[in-house]
Amino acid sequence: MTTFPWLLTMIAVPAVGAAAVAALPRGRESLARQLALGVSLLVLLLAVLATIAFDAGGERFQLTTSVSWIPDFGVDFALGVDGIALVMLLLIGVLVPVVVVASWREEATGRRSMRAFWAWLLLLESMMVGVFAATDVFLFYVFFEAMLVPMYFLIGSFGGPRRQYAAVKFFLYSLVGGLVMLAAVIGLYVVSANELGEGTFAFDALRQIEIDPGVQKLLFLGFFVAFAIKAPLVPFHTWLPDSGAEAPIGGAVLLVGVLDKVGTFGFIRYCLPLFPDASRDLAPYVLVLAVAGVLYAALLAMGQSDMKRLVSYTSIAHFGFIALGIFAFTTEATTGAVLYMVNHGIATGLLFLVVGMLIARGGSRLVGDYGGVAAQAPLLAGVFLIAGLASLALPGTNSFVSEFLVLIGSFPTRPVATVLATVGIVLAALYVLLVYQRTMHGPARGVLLEPAPETTAPATGGGGATAATATLEAPAAAPARLRVRDLSRRELAVAAPMVALIIALGVYPQPLIALIEPAVAATMSDVGADPAGVSPEAPVEGTD
Amino acid sequence: METVPADGLIAASWLLIALPLAGAAVLLLGGRRTDRWGHLLGTGTVVAAFVLGLLCTLQLGGRRVDVDLFTFVSTGSLDVQAGLLFDPLSAVFVLLITGVGALIHVYSIGYMAHDPRRRRFFAYLNLFVAAMLLLVLGDNFVALYVGWEGVGLASYLLIAFWHERPSAATAAKKAFIMNRVGDVGLALAIFLMFAQLGTVSYDGVFGAVGTLAGGTVTAIGLLLLLGACGKSGQFPLQAWLPDAMEGPTPVSALIHAATMVTAGVYLIARCAPIYDETPTARAVVLAVGAITLMIGAIAGCAQDDIKKVLAYSTVSQIGYMFLAVGLGPVGYVAGLAHLLTHGFFKAGLFLGAGSVMHAMGDSVDMRRFGGLASRMKVTFVTFGLGYLALIGFPFLSGFYTKDAIIEAAFDRGDGWGYLLGGVAILAAGLTAFYMTRLMLMTFFGRPRWEPGVHPHESPTVMTAPMVLLAVGSVLAGFLLVVAFPLESWLTPVFGEPEEAEHVVAPLVVSVLVTVVMALGVLTAWLFVGRREVPVTAPVRVSPVTRAARRALYADAVNESLFMRPGQWLTRALVFVDNRGVDGAVNGLAATLGGSSSRLGRTQTGFVRSYALSMLGGAVVVAGALLAVTAG
Repeated sequence: MTTFPWLLTMIAVPAVGAAAVAALPRGRESLARQLALGVSLLVLLLAVLATIAFDAGGERFQLTTSVSWIPDFGVDFALGVDGIALVMLLLIGVLVPVVVVASWREEATGRRSMRAFWAWLLLLESMMVGVFAATDVFLFYVFFEAMLVPMYFLIGSFGGPRRQYAAVKFFLYSLVGGLVMLAAVIGLYVVSANELGEGTFAFDALRQIEIDPGVQKLLFLGFFVAFAIKAPLVPFHTWLPDSGAEAPIGGAVLLVGVLDKVGTFGFIRYCLPLFPDASRDLAPYVLVLAVAGVLYAALLAMGQSDMKRLVSYTSIAHFGFIALGIFAFTTEATTGAVLYMVNHGIATGLLFLVVGMLIARGGSRLVGDYGGVAAQAPLLAGVFLIAGLASLALPGTNSFVSEFLVLIGSFPTRPVATVLATVGIVLAALYVLLVYQRTMHGPARGVLLEPAPETTAPATGGGGATAATATLEAPAAAPARLRVRDLSRRELAVAAPMVALIIALGVYPQPLIALIEPAVAATMSDVGADPAGVSPEAPVEGTD
Repeated sequence: METVPADGLIAASWLLIALPLAGAAVLLLGGRRTDRWGHLLGTGTVVAAFVLGLLCTLQLGGRRVDVDLFTFVSTGSLDVQAGLLFDPLSAVFVLLITGVGALIHVYSIGYMAHDPRRRRFFAYLNLFVAAMLLLVLGDNFVALYVGWEGVGLASYLLIAFWHERPSAATAAKKAFIMNRVGDVGLALAIFLMFAQLGTVSYDGVFGAVGTLAGGTVTAIGLLLLLGACGKSGQFPLQAWLPDAMEGPTPVSALIHAATMVTAGVYLIARCAPIYDETPTARAVVLAVGAITLMIGAIAGCAQDDIKKVLAYSTVSQIGYMFLAVGLGPVGYVAGLAHLLTHGFFKAGLFLGAGSVMHAMGDSVDMRRFGGLASRMKVTFVTFGLGYLALIGFPFLSGFYTKDAIIEAAFDRGDGWGYLLGGVAILAAGLTAFYMTRLMLMTFFGRPRWEPGVHPHESPTVMTAPMVLLAVGSVLAGFLLVVAFPLESWLTPVFGEPEEAEHVVAPLVVSVLVTVVMALGVLTAWLFVGRREVPVTAPVRVSPVTRAARRALYADAVNESLFMRPGQWLTRALVFVDNRGVDGAVNGLAATLGGSSSRLGRTQTGFVRSYALSMLGGAVVVAGALLAVTAG
């Protein structure tokens, strides 16, 4: 069982699936999506089985596979996971099938074919697994860059009206980040060659090297910039609202749910253990960015008129919390940050999905084009509310556990930053409840209004150019009604597992925490913090 | 006092929370299939919880029982166990929540009979009861916080129950946001406890709080108070509670009068070991209570909406409770006793108001009521008893419990004691005024009904709970203060009561309060009872009346201090982010790329140039690094 190459299989299965889907003849669109669903469910099964095979109390890296790849430079195709990477694989395993079902009725525009969509999606899954499973820095870099290609095509070919702009912007930002990181990767190789006599890219070997503090800072910055763009942290964030808004819903879910987590994952896996001195020295600056992100992006989220941009900005605020948790250097906060990465993927994923369901009904992304939906589509409104409540980290939802851990764990070492970030929970309540009230509550209005029989039909701008046109009061005689269908069975199948996870992980998160904590504790030792966690300041008498 | 492990029925006390929670889950997930019997299930779970709570309380004696459930979160040195604490204090709250809760569920069967969303109403009510029970039963601050925000969610859902009305949707949001401001305080208090003591359990924190520096304890006390103010509608976070009356009236009775809004009082009483260490924070609790009880009483005098009068009355009465618990050991029991009697008579008053609204076509405008005493005899009598209990009519509930608070204030013995006692007596007079005004405008005088309104008594399913609550309003004070003193029941929690040295003899206080109350009643009769009530509110009124109508401008202050600047800031930042941050980066990219238009067209050959530039950059940086390490 343990010798089975789990990770290699998890990379290969979707890659082969992608090739198979791409090779399908024209006109077999429905077979393509069935295949995509089957493959993604198989990956989920593999992820679950791999988790069972993983021993939380055992070695740091498990399920390892290593094949020599470019021997001249000491590059290995080395795979392995610790608890942190494993929970990310579980997240991928869950999200991709959900995205496949959510995209079931997507239709390609122009001469594009949906077969390409499914193929890119599966290829993306393969790359995402690879990026978390790589234990060789060069291999990580390869997956990190390769991951861009399918996402670029998902946005650029299947996105909204400004998809070209968004896709190119996404690519340019990632290009800059990737470039800087490549330089740092090569620099790391050079350093290892100097220190060990023979260059290596193996993570475990690199972790042992003592690097000169000045060089550490440079290399740290190289990795940090790439990850800060990917995560993204303010002020590297402006690509995300464009990409998040223009990407097809499925792409947007994977973009903020998984791809962006590569950035925060990178902080924990690479920045902290490889450059501990630089991490400690530069942490105050990172924390400034993190807290600024929490507050700034939350305020911006409130000001958005486009729902998909709004959700993108909420994500930027959440990434601020994650970065705070990571750079507070306590086991509690960093465990919370990793848990946050998983929970955010589920909660914000669902928020994107339900916003997508609303947009599919009204054809407009603008908040102002909707109103009073809850009265006629209670299920849709209910799912929207649950996703929103998870986004504002209400206790009982999964996000509460992670946000609470981040804050309570950061407070002992970084009280000022934590207090400022805690103010962010009020802003989170505001941005969620504002958009919920505007779209779901109030009298029926907006693009979904039933055309009034007598009076002139309301001017429903399909793309909805301005939000101002949407304040349409119904004629006083007959109460206005919306023409809106509540969730279909397929949409329920999308929402149900996500809602179940939100509540299950909100009530009983400990199994996931137990999986994550050993890897976090190891990282804390690397960075010189006490892996056993915060020790109280005041003397405590024996309390039991 | 030692905590003992759970045995017998108390080991199953988690069912108290699980029963209504399961009810909510079945009703929400079951959908329309449960429409026919949903209200019965919802009521049944709460009745069952009441019976179980009663049996557990009988088994309890004076013990303090801990119920271990499971590990909620454990990482690093943080260990949060999901566990319940069943002690005399939580038992009192369990009985209040499930007892009054059950009555209000029964009443709602009738009140919501014609609402197409009745099932969902019961689901939300069940959710509320479950969260509220978790709040009072949790054995650590995280469980408290989960329940704390849980009741906030239920409150949000129920205020916005008729969400087609923009005012209801806005009120719900306002309540949630202002509560969250308070929650920040509660959260920071928990963080501070963990940072200083390494634990968040009641036992751990209360056992070690004495080792903390004074400033730290004061900070914890003040942060907890901020949380309490948010939940309990106390100054400066009081403005949401009157707006919360947008919810259906049973909600106002249960959540925004009898139970949830008293959670702040529970928090401060539960944290007595913390406040015992910090006179400063306790003094602030006192001040908040005194200020709020006046604000509520003043605003209550000028409202024309029957529910708003009761809401400001609630604000004011909870102010009394804060005043009491702010007094320290002498006041805890007095505050909690008033909390319980208030739970009875205020819930009864709200249900009576709901019955009136039911009869008057959902109108809440007292200027269009009048002369209802003869049309709705049961409502009139039960409401009247609640009214007498609230204004402190001798030997009814409020008389015992409010007087105890005023006595305790005087017992401080210093100038502050006289000031606080005086304020409390003055507010008692105002209470008598606004409640008599309400009675006169609603039940007496000439009918001023809207055309087409035909008042009638409500069905038995509604009046029966009103009768029971009226009985409670009459007897509860006597029972809790004289017959079965709450003081001795709570001795295991707060310790042996000190024999108070009365500065002012209790009899003098009672007489004084009664005289002031009578003056309030008389004034109301002079101003309202003797004259014809105009059907529209007079416009030309004194500045005092105008200020009271607008609740001393709390909303105006919040809007000009927070809301508008916040909106400006948001708009400015959106502009900056679009033009500034994004523009700068786009500009940089455009400069690098040669021209801005190329940004959209650089598709062909993109990957090739990407690879080339990557390689070029890498070579440069690698060279630089080699130079650094070699040199």
